[in-house]
Amino acid sequence: MSFLEINSVTKGYDGHMAIKDLNFSIPKGSIYGLLGPNGAGKTTLIRIINQITAADSGDVIFDGERLNPTHIERIGYLPEERGLYKKMKVLEQIVYFGRLKNLSKKEAEKRALFWLKKFELLDWKYKKVEELSKGMAQKVQFILTVLHKPELIILDEPFSGFDPVNTELIKDEIRQLRDDGATIIFSTHRMESVEEICDYVGMINLSQKVLEGSIMEVRNSYKNNEYEVRFKGDITLLDIKPVSEEPEDSLGLKKAVFVLEEGRSKDLITKLNQHVEIAAFTESLPSIKDIFIQKVEEGKNG
Amino acid sequence: MGKIGLITWREYITRVRKKSFLIMTILGPILIAAFYGIIIFLAVSDTIGKDQDRVLVYDEANVLNESLKNDDRMEFGYASNWEARNLDTLKNQGYTGRLLIPANFNVYQPDGVVYESENSISIESKERMNNRIAQALRDGKMERLGISRESMDSIKTRVSLTALTIDETGEAKNSITELNTGVGMALSFVIYFFIFLYGVQVMKGVIEEKTNRIVEVIVSSVKPFQLMMGKVFGLAMVGLTQIVIWVVLSGLLVLLITMGVMGGEMGDVMEMAQSAQTLPAGQLAQSGMQDSVGQLMAGIQELPIRFLLFAFVIYFLGGYLMYSSLFAAVGAAVDAETETQQFMLPITLPLVFAIAISTSVVLRDPNGPLSFWMSIIPLTSPIVMMVRAPFLNLATQWWEVLLSVSLLIGAFCFTIWLAGKIYRTGILMYGKKVTYKELAKWLFYKA
Repeated sequence: MSFLEINSVTKGYDGHMAIKDLNFSIPKGSIYGLLGPNGAGKTTLIRIINQITAADSGDVIFDGERLNPTHIERIGYLPEERGLYKKMKVLEQIVYFGRLKNLSKKEAEKRALFWLKKFELLDWKYKKVEELSKGMAQKVQFILTVLHKPELIILDEPFSGFDPVNTELIKDEIRQLRDDGATIIFSTHRMESVEEICDYVGMINLSQKVLEGSIMEVRNSYKNNEYEVRFKGDITLLDIKPVSEEPEDSLGLKKAVFVLEEGRSKDLITKLNQHVEIAAFTESLPSIKDIFIQKVEEGKNG
Repeated sequence: MGKIGLITWREYITRVRKKSFLIMTILGPILIAAFYGIIIFLAVSDTIGKDQDRVLVYDEANVLNESLKNDDRMEFGYASNWEARNLDTLKNQGYTGRLLIPANFNVYQPDGVVYESENSISIESKERMNNRIAQALRDGKMERLGISRESMDSIKTRVSLTALTIDETGEAKNSITELNTGVGMALSFVIYFFIFLYGVQVMKGVIEEKTNRIVEVIVSSVKPFQLMMGKVFGLAMVGLTQIVIWVVLSGLLVLLITMGVMGGEMGDVMEMAQSAQTLPAGQLAQSGMQDSVGQLMAGIQELPIRFLLFAFVIYFLGGYLMYSSLFAAVGAAVDAETETQQFMLPITLPLVFAIAISTSVVLRDPNGPLSFWMSIIPLTSPIVMMVRAPFLNLATQWWEVLLSVSLLIGAFCFTIWLAGKIYRTGILMYGKKVTYKELAKWLFYKA
């Protein structure tokens, strides 16, 4: 069941189309990677969901209802460009933003302290934001985003500014939030993190959707029947020729890549077995990154 | 508390807690009081501490008979010949300059009198010298005509007009033009400075939020319009707080200083005011009360205090809301403070124009056509109407106030709407050099 539906949404500025007839369906309780190069229209789409701007045409369906202002407090948004009031104290700031999302002062304070403790920032609660390190400020910003327990969390490049340790910490929090039932839209260019934590991806290029689906579906649909073999021996006598070959590595294994017709992998294995000792035989699915680059290139040429 | 209220509260509390606010709020009245104190001090010490001008006179035409009046401000010495030509010698003899009445001087055509000195003469001293010479010449002429000083003094007549305004019931009110002028100017200056100071604060706040990128988070929780209004209201409250503290503190300090400088005299002034108050208006005019301080105090009693207070609050809030929303729009349209110039001009121009006209045309002719129109047009009315307010006769001119206030309310609703549109688009627009054409387009974007 999808929590958020984007139906034929179009938005233009000054004769320039920011997004054109977009359709996405974001399943409930999933982490959804929203991908696209700079200027593809991701921010515009996010702003429409946040009701910062309105679409020229099309619908957004939020948990079964047409998007309306009451949904705002059910959304948490972490923008790519982070910003906090520098002169305001940490706890005070978190509580203020919580109250803007209609939390009571008491409740906002309680939750703020819970999160500050979790992120080991309790000692900093009465410090001004300008006194924090960049990583700490990012954590505060993350707390602001999730304080009101939003059902939809939109994270735009959530890991920028974090060191690897804190990146892992935030990743765990994101997974935890999903397991608690939140739906998360995750907008990024960092493809490694997409494959690692996303359940689904959707990709925008040149204002239009170019693909959508679960990570496995997408990778499977872009596979080009490439098989990678690691072996010991000589394959020069083989009647199927590899598309690329690599010499022996430190373990004494050679590597070759074959492109086969559908369903011919069994054939290859049989033939290989006659000549070499197979160490590994894998179908190499394209990474999301490869697909991303391929799609962007296609866009340029088309 | 609504969201606008919450934003207003944040704007208010973060600013009021700042050290700079505390310093300005305390320093403000001290500066005002110090300024006031210096003026009083100078006025009091003017007659005591000032240097005496000593002038050596060579009366070649022999018309003065050494009759120039001497006092502690100016003293004349007389030379029988013009030997002391050297200014250094003059200085050694303690003279500041020399005066020459040439031989061909004609008392009926008094030209050609020359004063020479090392340092240029002050306007005050020059005027004093002119008067003394004229006085001496006049005395000489009178003597020639056979008029004694006593009969001359008995002819002298001084009239001090008591200006009254009469309302429909025929009741006369004391009206002191100088007082009206002072009160009107003071109130309109407060409005002028407040609009400027806090309007710019609103603009800076918007730019700060924009460059901080914090605005993106906030507008995902509240409408841009709410954010703008919260900021505008918050700063209005900061300003009002500051004014109230200033008024109270300055009042106290000025009172202290005045009592300190004038000593017991203050008591007399109060007494006079009371006696003036107990006299009926008609009698006041006839009684020929010459004492200007008593009259001034009576004038204060007669000022339409309630109307002035009402007008001040209305024009203050209306003017501030109208202008500060425009300042907010400017802040939203630019990326940095340095880019605000081109949009600031059309906002500041009517304000500066209004204050300039107020101090000249409006004061000279508070009910003239220019004064009338500028107090009706909303961009200038908050300032111009305040100057006019003490002069208005509400019985017949009430409709002017009504029209002006209605237009002002209409105008700030319009500018807030306009600013809201620009603000909404502007705060999320980065790295684009905005033109007026662009701004006009934003007005028609869909929300």
